[in-house]
Amino acid sequence: MSEQRIAIVGAAESDYGKCPGRSEFDLHNQAAERALSEAGLGKDDVDGLFSLTNGYFRCPSLLVAEYLGIHPTYEDCTSVGGSSFELLVEHAMAALQAGRCKVALITYGSDQLSVLGRTLGTKSDPISHIAQQYEEPYGLNIVSAYALAARRHMHEYGTTSEQLAEIAVSTRKNASLNPLAMYRDPLTVEDVVNSRMIASPLHKFDCCVISDGGGALVLTTEDRARDCAKDPVWVLGSSQCSDHLHIADMPDLTESAAAVTGPRAMAEAGVKPEDIDLLCTYDSFTITVLRAIEDLGFCEKGEGGAFVEGGRTAVGGDFPVNPDGGGLSSNHPGMRGIFLLIESVRQLRGEGGDRQVADAELAVAHGVGGWLSSHGTVVLGKDK
Amino acid sequence: MDGTSPPMPIPDVESAPFWQGLNEGKLMIQRCRSCGKPQHYMRIMCKHCWSRDLDVEQASGEGEVHSFTVVHQIGHPVLKEQAPFAILLVDLDEGPRVLARYDGDSEAVSIGDRVRATFPKVTPEQALLYFEGTE
Repeated sequence: MSEQRIAIVGAAESDYGKCPGRSEFDLHNQAAERALSEAGLGKDDVDGLFSLTNGYFRCPSLLVAEYLGIHPTYEDCTSVGGSSFELLVEHAMAALQAGRCKVALITYGSDQLSVLGRTLGTKSDPISHIAQQYEEPYGLNIVSAYALAARRHMHEYGTTSEQLAEIAVSTRKNASLNPLAMYRDPLTVEDVVNSRMIASPLHKFDCCVISDGGGALVLTTEDRARDCAKDPVWVLGSSQCSDHLHIADMPDLTESAAAVTGPRAMAEAGVKPEDIDLLCTYDSFTITVLRAIEDLGFCEKGEGGAFVEGGRTAVGGDFPVNPDGGGLSSNHPGMRGIFLLIESVRQLRGEGGDRQVADAELAVAHGVGGWLSSHGTVVLGKDK
Repeated sequence: MDGTSPPMPIPDVESAPFWQGLNEGKLMIQRCRSCGKPQHYMRIMCKHCWSRDLDVEQASGEGEVHSFTVVHQIGHPVLKEQAPFAILLVDLDEGPRVLARYDGDSEAVSIGDRVRATFPKVTPEQALLYFEGTE
C-alpha cells in the first residue's frame, strides 16, 4: 500500500465503575484530555471527531463537538452498538489516509449506571418502530437474544454451561489484577452455574456488569505519530460486517459475521490467528466471547467450549482474553467497544502492570453490536 | 398502556396485515410473486429480489423449534409477573423463522419440537403470536 500507516498515539479511559454526579459529557472530556495529553497533543490539534453517546439522540457527534468546543472538519457518529468503535477506527484510518483529517479523536462517555441504575428494560411504552414491534411484545431483550444463540450452540456442538462459566472465571481472575475493575473477588465455575438464571442458559455471572465510563483514542498518520510522546501502536488491519438486526433474521444462529471480519482483518494485516498474542473481544455475555473465538478463527467451529477450558483465557494462560477484566467484571457502560481498543494499546505498549501479557506484539480487538448483528475487527501491532 | 400488558406493537402501514391476521387467528406471511420466496416480517418489497409484487398468504401455523430460552428475570413489571416463560425461534414449515412466546409449561420445550401457532388476546385490542407443542 502506498498510503501512510496509521497509528493510535493516545488511548485512555475516563474514570469508570460508578461515577455519581458525573455526566456522560464529563466522561467524554476526561477521557479525551487524558488520551490527547499522553500523545502530547491538545484539543486544538483535533480536526476529525468520531463520537457516540449512549442514547438515541439523532446527532451525537454534534452535541459532543459543541460541548467540547471543537469545530471538526471531519465527523462520524456511526452507531451500530458495541462494535461502533471498531468501525470508527476503520473510518478514522480511511479518513487519515485520504488526507481528510490529520488528527482523529474518538470519544465515548456513558452515565447509564448513575442515571438509569440496574433496572434497564423496564419501560412499557407502546412500540411502533419496526426494530422493536416483532420482538419486545414477547419479552425479548439483549440477554434473551444471546440466550437463544447460546442454546442453539449447545444443541449443535454440546457446549456446556460449565465451559461458558470458564470464560467468566478467567475474566474475573484478570479483573483481580486490575485495581480499577468493579468486581475483583474470586469466582469459581460452581459460582457461575449456581448463580441466578436470567434467561436460560445464561446465569447472572454469564452477563456483563452495568457501569458508567468513557474512553478516547487519538489516531494520526505515521509522520505525525513519530513525533508523539508514546510509541505508536499501528492499525495493521480492520474489517466490518453486519448480517441482521432482529435475532430471527440472523442467517445462522451459530455463525456470526465475525467469520467474515476476522479473516479479512488478519489478511489485511498479513497475520494469522496463531500469531495473535492477545484478544480483547466483546463480552456482553460469556457466549459472546466463545462465539468470537470460533468465528474469528482461533479454533474450529464448535470447539470453543473445549478451547476455553482450564483457565486458558486468563492472563498467564495460553490464550489471554480481556486482561482488564472485560465487561464481565471490570466495566460495561453500554457500548464497550472502545475499551477493547484501549486495553489492546495498553498491552502492546507494555503498560499492563500486574495484568501485562508477556511479549505482547500483536492484538486483536473485536467488537460486537446489537444481537450478534454488527462485527468490527481491528488488528493492532507495535514496532518490533 | 394501562400497565397490564407487555409492550404492545402499534401496527403500521406495513405490519398491519400481520397484526390483524393474529387477531383473526391467522399467521400471515408474504410471498414474492416474482422470485417465489416467502418472508417474515412484512416489508414493502421482497428482501431477496426487491420486487414489490408481493402476496400476503396464511401460513400453516406449524413449524419446528429452532432455539428457545426460558426468561427468569426481566425488568418489565407485567413480564416479570409472567416469568418464567419461554421465548422461541420457530422455523415455519413455509420457511421463515419467527420469534414468539411458548404457550405452555416453559420447562417442557426442547429444540426440534413440533409446534402450532396460538393467538392469545393479550389486550382487548391485540393478539400476539404464541406456539404450543403438537406432540
